[in-house]
Amino acid sequence: MARKSHVQTTINGETVEFLCESRQSLLEVLRDELYLTGAKEGCNNGNCGACSVILDGRLVNSCLVLGVETEGKSVETIEGLADPDKLHPIQDAFLENAALQCGICTPGFIMSAKALLDSNPNPTEHEIRYWLAGNLCRCTGYDKIVKAVMDAAKETSA
Amino acid sequence: MASWGEASESRLIGKRVTRLSGKDKVTGKAKYTFDINEPGMLYGRILRSETAHATVIGIDLSEAEALPGVKAVIPLIEVGNKLRYQGQEIAAVAAETDDIAKDAIRRIHVDLEELPHVVTEDDAMVEGAPQIREDWAGNQSEPNVREDGDINAGFDEAAVEVEATYHTPVQTHVCLETHGHVAKWEDEQNLTVWASTQGVFGVRNDFAQHFELPANQVRVITEHMGGGFGSKFGPGIEGRTAVELARITGKAVKLMLTRKAEHLVAGNRPSMTQQVRAGATSDGRLIAYDMKGYGTGGISSGAGFTGPYVYHVPNSRAERVNVAVNAGNQRAMRAPGHPQGAFAMDSLMDELAEKLGMDPVEFRRINDPNEVRQAQYTLGAQEIGWHRRNTVPGAGTSVKKRGMGVGSGQWGGGGGRGTEARVTINADGTVEAVTGTQDIGTGIRTVIAMIVAEEFGLETTDVRVKVGDSQPGLPSGGSGGSQTTPSVAPVIKTAAAAAKQKLFERIAPLLDAPVGDLRVGTGTIYVVSDRTKTITWKQATGQLGMESISEGGTWEEDLRQNGAAGTQFAEVEIDTQTGAIRVIKIVAVQDCGLAINRLTTESQVNGGVIMGLGQAILEERFMDPVTGRMLNANLEDYKVPGTLEIPEIKSIVFDTHRKVTGVGEPPCIPTPGAIANAVYNAIGVRIRSLPITPDKILDALAEKA
Repeated sequence: MARKSHVQTTINGETVEFLCESRQSLLEVLRDELYLTGAKEGCNNGNCGACSVILDGRLVNSCLVLGVETEGKSVETIEGLADPDKLHPIQDAFLENAALQCGICTPGFIMSAKALLDSNPNPTEHEIRYWLAGNLCRCTGYDKIVKAVMDAAKETSA
Repeated sequence: MASWGEASESRLIGKRVTRLSGKDKVTGKAKYTFDINEPGMLYGRILRSETAHATVIGIDLSEAEALPGVKAVIPLIEVGNKLRYQGQEIAAVAAETDDIAKDAIRRIHVDLEELPHVVTEDDAMVEGAPQIREDWAGNQSEPNVREDGDINAGFDEAAVEVEATYHTPVQTHVCLETHGHVAKWEDEQNLTVWASTQGVFGVRNDFAQHFELPANQVRVITEHMGGGFGSKFGPGIEGRTAVELARITGKAVKLMLTRKAEHLVAGNRPSMTQQVRAGATSDGRLIAYDMKGYGTGGISSGAGFTGPYVYHVPNSRAERVNVAVNAGNQRAMRAPGHPQGAFAMDSLMDELAEKLGMDPVEFRRINDPNEVRQAQYTLGAQEIGWHRRNTVPGAGTSVKKRGMGVGSGQWGGGGGRGTEARVTINADGTVEAVTGTQDIGTGIRTVIAMIVAEEFGLETTDVRVKVGDSQPGLPSGGSGGSQTTPSVAPVIKTAAAAAKQKLFERIAPLLDAPVGDLRVGTGTIYVVSDRTKTITWKQATGQLGMESISEGGTWEEDLRQNGAAGTQFAEVEIDTQTGAIRVIKIVAVQDCGLAINRLTTESQVNGGVIMGLGQAILEERFMDPVTGRMLNANLEDYKVPGTLEIPEIKSIVFDTHRKVTGVGEPPCIPTPGAIANAVYNAIGVRIRSLPITPDKILDALAEKA
């Protein structure tokens, strides 16, 4: 078995230490080592966006980042988005707009939308569609997702 | 006669209710099979064939077995047997980590004697092609022939005729959660399996039979699942393998398919190629139809498709064969056989209408016997602005050209018997509804809560719904054929009504009124003849003391209806310089019977349209004739629709009656035909092969010029 590295990172605002093999992706670390299963594995190839998380303020496919690369960095995942008693406006907007069916792509879409609104609080519909083009959904109807992000933008920038 | 009552009387049924499991899904708390982590759990992986056709000469597992961290290695094919497609299972491992499992797979050595393969229909049907199925001469099944009337007499009557060949390629399901299971033996006789499935009880029964266990000692759990679209009914080889690896190791085993395997072996929509000749009379009656077609479902059969479709043809002949190729088996995919058949039929209808000089909608009105669709043509045409379409297809000199088209579909969705459910009222006022169906994302959990809440005068959030677990032993069928709501809703409704009746019987003496005079209000129960006699729900249930009321239900046929008609209109824009196609708008008019939850019903219609759009302009499995492998077994080269391809979608839930009809499948049927006809209307050249991609558009335009 390959030798494991010790990694210290910040996940959703808390300092976290873990051991991982150098070949383990951040997605594998989150899901299999830390049991944070909100980021999903859809393709393990960077094509579907289901594993989207925010790394030092930048949207990434966590299947394409190595766990060891997160040393000293900050990771935001879907589990850290809501306050204990209140959903994030993007989460509320997804519920209100029925922007999900099976829901497996939903955490990825929401983290992707979060990264967009963090950098561009008032995106146009066109900008939203371009930004979310890296996230795939097989059942919902993307129109409701786009609408949810537009609603959330209104809410957060108001 | 059981009834859902009038719309005016309904507080919840037919309204827009937010999904009950939504909060868990937007916070990442919802646990899918892929997310299950059991203590000490092992990771399973399957070694799959990269060869399309070969005989297995030897399998050496020893190096894999010797790898530290590997707990089990098992062969999945016997030496001497044949591998018949890329992706077929050879051996499986269970290891402490997923990476060790991957390493172990690479250490299994397989000797193969390669055999000639065929992976395309053309190669399979050619004279002298390698025989890949012993039972099908020339790799083709016996033709299935259906005849109606007299086609020769029909063609004699025809004033115009069209002859054309239409083709749709193999499409894959692309469930975003791949197929898979987490299996755990509680002891030698009790098995628990988390399964990403559309049929909890079907999977339970399969495991019980295969592993020779009493069915009630197998528990299958599907709390949430990430898409199936018809491909997730049985446990598959991967499911049985997970259970077997768990049995051998005595540990829980997670075995999920990779994205590549998902494309190769987890099902697909068969291809269709049909040569059709059809005729119509001068007054616009479809009079004769003669079709010969084939499709491939891989190495398996099941490549059927509809034709003639929807429209009435008095004289018809249709002959279909299955063609075997060295590729993974087909599985049911959202309205099996229909979108292919509808694309061909609706293209054909437009070609005939043009020869007659008739408006395509007018031509459909004459030939469509379905009254619901007759009304939908009017509504859909208004909504899209049909009068704006090109009167001369392809007219104008602008670079970007727009056009409109129409397509139709028909589905059953009437549900059936076989669901058992219990609705329980507890003394503390809490309410539970339990049944063995599964929520595959379509929202049955919310629908059940709405029905019970309506019956009891409560809110949907007051009802605890338990589905997706075989443990209580309340079976329900698989979620396929758009059958879930029409099968489950009537049973829940009658169970809730029976429980309410029992509660009324208990409290009637307290209210000093006959049972028949009691009604539920909103959180209350009152006497209809004397409204001053009102008690709260909790006061009423408090009368139960230490007891609870728990009632089953029956499937009342009057509460559901078979038959869902749909019509769609599409508007597209074609860039004649680049061939780029943009779908501008889809109007989907879909008969849904009584849509219990309008919000989630609309989502289903939207989803169907988008899958239909993918089939129309993007999706195609590419097989390499030389290597026998799929060239695009990933999500980069196999294109599914994304945010940039999505048009404005106007989903119109078309109310026809107040009986429940399932609607998961029908909205994907008319889309490809409507889009293909819109492309023709835009550029004046017909593309008879899906998907309609820029290269085909440019070729067609070049040929026209």
